[in-house]
Amino acid sequence: MVSFLLKRLLQSIIVMLTVALIAFSMFQFVGDPINNMVGQDTTQVERDALKEKLGLNDPFIVQFGRFAWNAAQGDFGVSYKYKTPVSDLIFERMPATLELAFVSAILALVLGIPLGVYTALKRNGWLSKVIMTTSLVGVSLPTFLTGILLILFFGVILRWLPTFGRGDVVEIGSWATGFLTVSGLQSLILPSFTLALFQLTLIMRLVRAEMLEVLRTDFVKFAKARGLPDRSVHFKHALKNTLVPVITITGLQLGSLIAFAIITESVFQWPGMGLLFIQAVADVDIPIMAAYLVLIAFFFVLINMIVDILYYAVDPRLRSSDG
Amino acid sequence: MKMDKTVETTRLERFLDSDVWYSFKNSPIAIIALLITVIFLLSAAFAPLVAPHNPFDLASIDLMDSSLPPVWMEEGDPRFLLGTDDQGRDIFSTIIYGARVSLLVGFASVIFSMVVGITLGLISGYAGGRVDAFIMRVADIQLSFPAILIALLVDGVARGVVPNEMHEQLAVYVLIFAIGISGWVQYARTVRGSTLVEKNKEYVQAAQVIGIRSGTILRRHVLPNVMGPVMVIATIHLAIAVITEATLSFLGVGVPPTTPSLGTLIRIGNEYLFSGEWWITIFPGAALVILVLAVNLLGDWLRDAMNPKLR
Amino acid sequence: MNLLDINNLEIEFPSRRGTVKAVKDVTLTVRRGEVLGVVGESGAGKSTIGNAVIGLLEPPGRVSGGKVYLKGEQINNLSLENMRKIRGRRIGMIFQDPLTSLDPLQTIEQQLVETIDLHLKLGEAKSRERAIELLEQVGIPNPAERIKHYPHQFSGGMRQRVVIALALCAEPEVIIADEPTTALDVSIQAQILDLMRKLCKERQVGMLIITHDMGVIADITDRVAVMYRGDLVEEGTTAKILGDPDHPYTKSLISAVPRPDVRLKRFPMVNYIEKEEDRKKDFDISTHWLGKARDFKAVDGPMIEVKDLVMKFVAKSAFFKKNQKMFTAVDNVSFDVKQGEVFGLVGESGSGKSTVARMISGLYTPASGSIFFGGDELTKIKSQKEMDYYRRQMQMIFQDPFSSLNGRMRVLDIVAEPIRFHKMTKNNAETEGIVMDLLEHVGLGRQAALRYPHEFSGGQRQRISIARALATRPRFLICDEPTSALDVSIQAQILNLLKDLQEELGLTMLFISHDLPVIRQMCDRVGVMKMGQMVEVAETEALFKTPQAPYTQELLSLMPKLDKLSHSGLEVEQE
Repeated sequence: MVSFLLKRLLQSIIVMLTVALIAFSMFQFVGDPINNMVGQDTTQVERDALKEKLGLNDPFIVQFGRFAWNAAQGDFGVSYKYKTPVSDLIFERMPATLELAFVSAILALVLGIPLGVYTALKRNGWLSKVIMTTSLVGVSLPTFLTGILLILFFGVILRWLPTFGRGDVVEIGSWATGFLTVSGLQSLILPSFTLALFQLTLIMRLVRAEMLEVLRTDFVKFAKARGLPDRSVHFKHALKNTLVPVITITGLQLGSLIAFAIITESVFQWPGMGLLFIQAVADVDIPIMAAYLVLIAFFFVLINMIVDILYYAVDPRLRSSDG
Repeated sequence: MKMDKTVETTRLERFLDSDVWYSFKNSPIAIIALLITVIFLLSAAFAPLVAPHNPFDLASIDLMDSSLPPVWMEEGDPRFLLGTDDQGRDIFSTIIYGARVSLLVGFASVIFSMVVGITLGLISGYAGGRVDAFIMRVADIQLSFPAILIALLVDGVARGVVPNEMHEQLAVYVLIFAIGISGWVQYARTVRGSTLVEKNKEYVQAAQVIGIRSGTILRRHVLPNVMGPVMVIATIHLAIAVITEATLSFLGVGVPPTTPSLGTLIRIGNEYLFSGEWWITIFPGAALVILVLAVNLLGDWLRDAMNPKLR
Repeated sequence: MNLLDINNLEIEFPSRRGTVKAVKDVTLTVRRGEVLGVVGESGAGKSTIGNAVIGLLEPPGRVSGGKVYLKGEQINNLSLENMRKIRGRRIGMIFQDPLTSLDPLQTIEQQLVETIDLHLKLGEAKSRERAIELLEQVGIPNPAERIKHYPHQFSGGMRQRVVIALALCAEPEVIIADEPTTALDVSIQAQILDLMRKLCKERQVGMLIITHDMGVIADITDRVAVMYRGDLVEEGTTAKILGDPDHPYTKSLISAVPRPDVRLKRFPMVNYIEKEEDRKKDFDISTHWLGKARDFKAVDGPMIEVKDLVMKFVAKSAFFKKNQKMFTAVDNVSFDVKQGEVFGLVGESGSGKSTVARMISGLYTPASGSIFFGGDELTKIKSQKEMDYYRRQMQMIFQDPFSSLNGRMRVLDIVAEPIRFHKMTKNNAETEGIVMDLLEHVGLGRQAALRYPHEFSGGQRQRISIARALATRPRFLICDEPTSALDVSIQAQILNLLKDLQEELGLTMLFISHDLPVIRQMCDRVGVMKMGQMVEVAETEALFKTPQAPYTQELLSLMPKLDKLSHSGLEVEQE
């Protein structure tokens, strides 16, 4: 078990370093950091002095090391556009994105898995066919379009729900949460559903496909041959075996929610990290782009580790190979 | 030497007898989906002939025609079936031209992804060992990031690297590259998986015993046998590529405004949504959804048709 | 009263190409304490019967006629719920593959207790006690401890014992076993069959065994039913069916079974099933393309010599090379194969015999040791071009007819590939001519050339493989279990073909098999392998009559006792 964890940890560090390298390279090769930081009137002499002061004449490795070290502590420099530290900008907006992603994840799982199981067990029923067709539509709708349609319908036509922003927030320490106010919760509904829809349909189809495979295996046949009731066969034996491979993929999918939030935040003007990132791309604000990249990588690596540990705990075959 | 023609099984016969064709003939959904896709493809290819107007010919548009609703509503004009936008451009025509851009970028990206993915997948699966481990590591790392993010990053970086004057010219190529590079992993993984399976099959070993070199074995024996699942992925990937392009264009970082795609149209129309001119956004949106849905249906049907276990 | 009565059963499978009748008007009975064997080749419909009786027929299959009675009560028309109650409780079933029959995520204890409690309602504690008792009865050592293990922690044979325990735990009256020993090694097979026979007699259950293996039939059945393409062809006591069959199909089936007790000149032609195309035999080997002078140099001494061959595989990979665990598949094996002889390599799975073949053919590189071909050391050759010269002389036939041909190539191209690669002809027309010739030679006929592999049966595909192997006029042929995946009757045809070709063309052959009777029929000398080591090498007859090594003796004792089988129609080779 320990060696397994160590291996994963090592891999994670390598991933983080690689991503950091890519992020850092963006700094080096895209545009001129000095240009972005100073005004037009600054003389060449002043620019050179600044360059020296910031250590921009040092060898690549040294600069990279400095970058990685700073990054590990959360320091990504100063935004070209806003002239404030990137970490401040990001942490200010992180709660919004995380809350949104969290709620969407729950939605996607709570709806996706049961629907997947149902459509697998009742393969030929009419309801299954309806659900499957709807899911195809779900996969064909780009997230932004879903958002627009929902805004049009629930916001403009029916006027039931707010169409932009986060509503009122309550500050708990440095974390501004929208969970504790009515308007906060209301504002959460449309964006989280938009974000969840794509993932929901993916998870549902995945669970269905896996379950159909499992239902065809010999041990399910043998279980039936022993006279075990359907409920037992389906939920005790088949479902468990289905969920094992589903865990990995689901974990990855949920991680990508944080990144997909970019689109949803744009459509709903949700003040999260994603919106910040989009602006940064348009403005070529490298520090923010680099920071976002590294942060996303971190979340992914974290989620991957958790998924791996879960997998290990659930599948006995992995455990014995170590012993 | 005369072959006995009566017992030759031609490729066409093989196809017509196959389960894939049988499944297609009997699936009305698949037929409709194919029809829709073909219609889109043809109108996109022959856009100048099909569209009633050329919305990008500045001489032909008239601000007086702006913001007209679709023909069946009051104030509608039969010249403009689906209405016009704020500049006076015919929505129906913009959709056709827009679809053309969307499909172009979509197809090009898919082909790019396919070539990169299949090659890497074949090499990875066949060579094994360190090469395989390395390629799969890279793939894993890349998989951690959703395609959107990668596409955005590549686009952003390109924006910074490419001098401003060249921006517009290269934008489409950058976009194709960005979407393409974000999609190769699926192909590589699938092809690698299939290659691993085929590699151990005895016909590959027989070829090795004959002495045939690896490159030829990959090309002649392995590749044709791994293409099946690739076709399914390619179809679904086309849908994803079109959506990704639309998303990027919607966000403002996709195709340049001079060659708008369906995504760009939706973005433009979004601003007029609240003022009641819904048709500027909704029709391009509907066109996008129908196109993607048709492609998805095809991909779905193809997957089921090619899976012998599901029958 | 009979335990199980199957009357006029009919099962059909509707498909897009029309309805296929898998089982036509079959009547069988199973009595208390009796073992009924249902034997037939693939496509006979025997497994389908088993599935139908227990109500697990895969859709779209359905029972279209007939009735099934369990102790006088009709069961084929019961509701789904009532049928479920019978499964496990009154009829138990054992499937072929123990690896996939058990839920990998649950311990043996959980699976046993679940079934026992369901049917016998003993409560958890008592069910657990019963489970441990059962495990002991089926021969699992340390049952109280091992019950907490997961399926993957048991070996194949042990797993099948667990499966048997599971099938028996509710005390059913009838057991249906579908190919219960096919996936197991010969030595384990014998043990499992003994166990099954013992349990059947002790508990006085009725057993229906479905198999294609004549050895299993001879070993434990009391009565036999022979099936062919859905029809029940003959039925009777085991002694009668095996020793003195009436129906022509049964006769030809019995005569096709390789015998451990005698060596035959040839297998009798089994033409009941698949008619072979006439092979053109009227050619003069010295002028025929296959026998014409080739550019191979003459060989003194043995054709193949293998010295201290070692092969290792990675058993457990680790980040650092020193922590890797290696598994030695072939451990210092040495032997030689003389010109024109057929040398057999025999052993159980994991003995390393296939690995040796793959090293000789160049598919694997040995960890150490040398391989000599006609005196030249193959293991020293570095360049591919040099190797090509040897590859032309040495070819291989594989086990699985379904994966040894590229399904997307026409037969013509498959067989022509080696000719084209080695550039042995001047033009395409010549190549095609040779291919047509070869196809006739192996009994397929010229029309096969423009077809695709999936249009042919297993036996026919092996013939295509043989044609491909002969295309470069090799001197040495490696046959890796060439008939293990084929039905008994087809096996006889292919073995005859190989024997004939070997004689006509003077081929040297390395014949690999796990099936001792087949080895006896085909080989001049034999090498016995166990766990990577060569245990004994001797002339075939000497090995079978007076084996020296204890392992060889053990293997021979485990051979199925086929002495009950009729000898009629066999041409025995005289000493």
